[in-house]
Amino acid sequence: MRISCPICGERDRREFHYRGAALTRPAPDAGEAAWDAYLHLRDNPAGATRELWYHETGCGAWVVVTRNTLTHEMPGCELAAEAAR
Amino acid sequence: MRFSGWRVIREGLSGNRGWSPHWRDAAPRDEYDIVIIGGGGHGLSTAYYLARDHGLSNVAVLEKGYLGGGNVGRNTTIVRANYFLPGNSEFYSYSLKLWEGLEQELNYNVMHSQRGLINLFHSDGQRDAFARRGNAMINQGDDAILLDREGVRRHAPFLDFDNVRFPVHGGLYHPRGGTARHDAVAWGYARGADRRGVDLIQNCEVTGIDIGNGRVRSVQTTRGPIRAKKVAIVVAGRSGQVAAMAGMRLPVESHVLQAFVSEGLKPVIAQVIAFGMGHFYISQSDKGGLVFGGDIDMYASYAARGNLPAVEHVMEAGMTLMPMIGKARVLRSWGGIVDMTPDGSPIIDRTDTQGLYLNCGWNYGGFKAVPASGRCFAHLLATDRHHDAAAGFRLDRFRTGRGIIDEEGTGAQHNLH
Repeated sequence: MRISCPICGERDRREFHYRGAALTRPAPDAGEAAWDAYLHLRDNPAGATRELWYHETGCGAWVVVTRNTLTHEMPGCELAAEAAR
Repeated sequence: MRFSGWRVIREGLSGNRGWSPHWRDAAPRDEYDIVIIGGGGHGLSTAYYLARDHGLSNVAVLEKGYLGGGNVGRNTTIVRANYFLPGNSEFYSYSLKLWEGLEQELNYNVMHSQRGLINLFHSDGQRDAFARRGNAMINQGDDAILLDREGVRRHAPFLDFDNVRFPVHGGLYHPRGGTARHDAVAWGYARGADRRGVDLIQNCEVTGIDIGNGRVRSVQTTRGPIRAKKVAIVVAGRSGQVAAMAGMRLPVESHVLQAFVSEGLKPVIAQVIAFGMGHFYISQSDKGGLVFGGDIDMYASYAARGNLPAVEHVMEAGMTLMPMIGKARVLRSWGGIVDMTPDGSPIIDRTDTQGLYLNCGWNYGGFKAVPASGRCFAHLLATDRHHDAAAGFRLDRFRTGRGIIDEEGTGAQHNLH
């Protein structure tokens, strides 16, 4: 599995650290249910998913990867700072 | 049909023509008291104990493929009770006691082999942690022996004791740990449940769960709708999809865990051995294959096959620990889809929907739990009360922060287990 970092180009999966589903962080006062959903609950899709990876041994960028959990296909990868929320 | 030594001899002398199928190929009826979704180890043992302990046999197990075709047939077959934290330790202790009587109970040879398990340590700090774990196991009523280096050498002389980076300082020996024939566990429970009247329905995929007035009413399946007073979800890696049919999101992320087996060899590894550095554990099957595995691939996946970095890590760890393994050739590798929870511990609980129950989150350790998981889940389904041995496996522990069972001590966060 290889990930196309927008800065470094296509790199081995070993260079990246997996963080998990790319979710929008709730406001501090959003309440218990919103924070529980953000921290713990997952759609856990069998198919297309958006997730955060960290290019740990590369450029250090956080990227949002679009990936298929059934096939390992990765049709998209963009910088988390620029990704649409 | 009962199995016995006498029966094996008689069948052997008469051409093995007297054996019959171990269970009926049941067709779904319109209605059951309890429908169990998932015909794996946990679902089948749940069905068995519902019938045996609670006299409930108007029960169906719905399996989308074939019985035991999921993780119960894909794991590295290790059975142990060496957990540390309250919540886990009493549960796995209970499970191991059930294992010890399982073959007589089921009249089925699950080849449970208490060959001993050695968790190696490689530093002073790790030794202290294992001494503490061993004391916790002894306090729980289980067995643990702290071995020094020479003690480990008597069991496993082939280890690289003087490895430059990870010398073996000793190990925590759990003599009652061991292995079992994984498929046979599913088959034994299936046969036992079937004999008590449970319908085991294969090639029957659940496609919807109908809920009315906050109560579960029926399930939709590829073989038609089935009404049920209670529905139990026991689907491991597919928990997210099935729970979504009931409008739930779970604290579960599905990952792939790989396992490996070598070509068949003469007996060489007597115990189950787990490396204390890197992720690697190994035993030898009765066919002679070295069965070994490591950590999950560390990304969400339903692919049932892994990637090379995890393979590389497992092979490197194996070569570091026991260089002799380099002479063996890997015969097969495969992946299973494991349901990971934030704290690495399972869930056996009710849901907010009346009559809908959940058994999931077995992470990378569900096989050893099969007997106790089924028995405790059956208890919950039948009585609506948590079994004492599994009272800690609550669904709401992440939301409330109470009762987190973080065995690894890394934090209750999805990507850390």
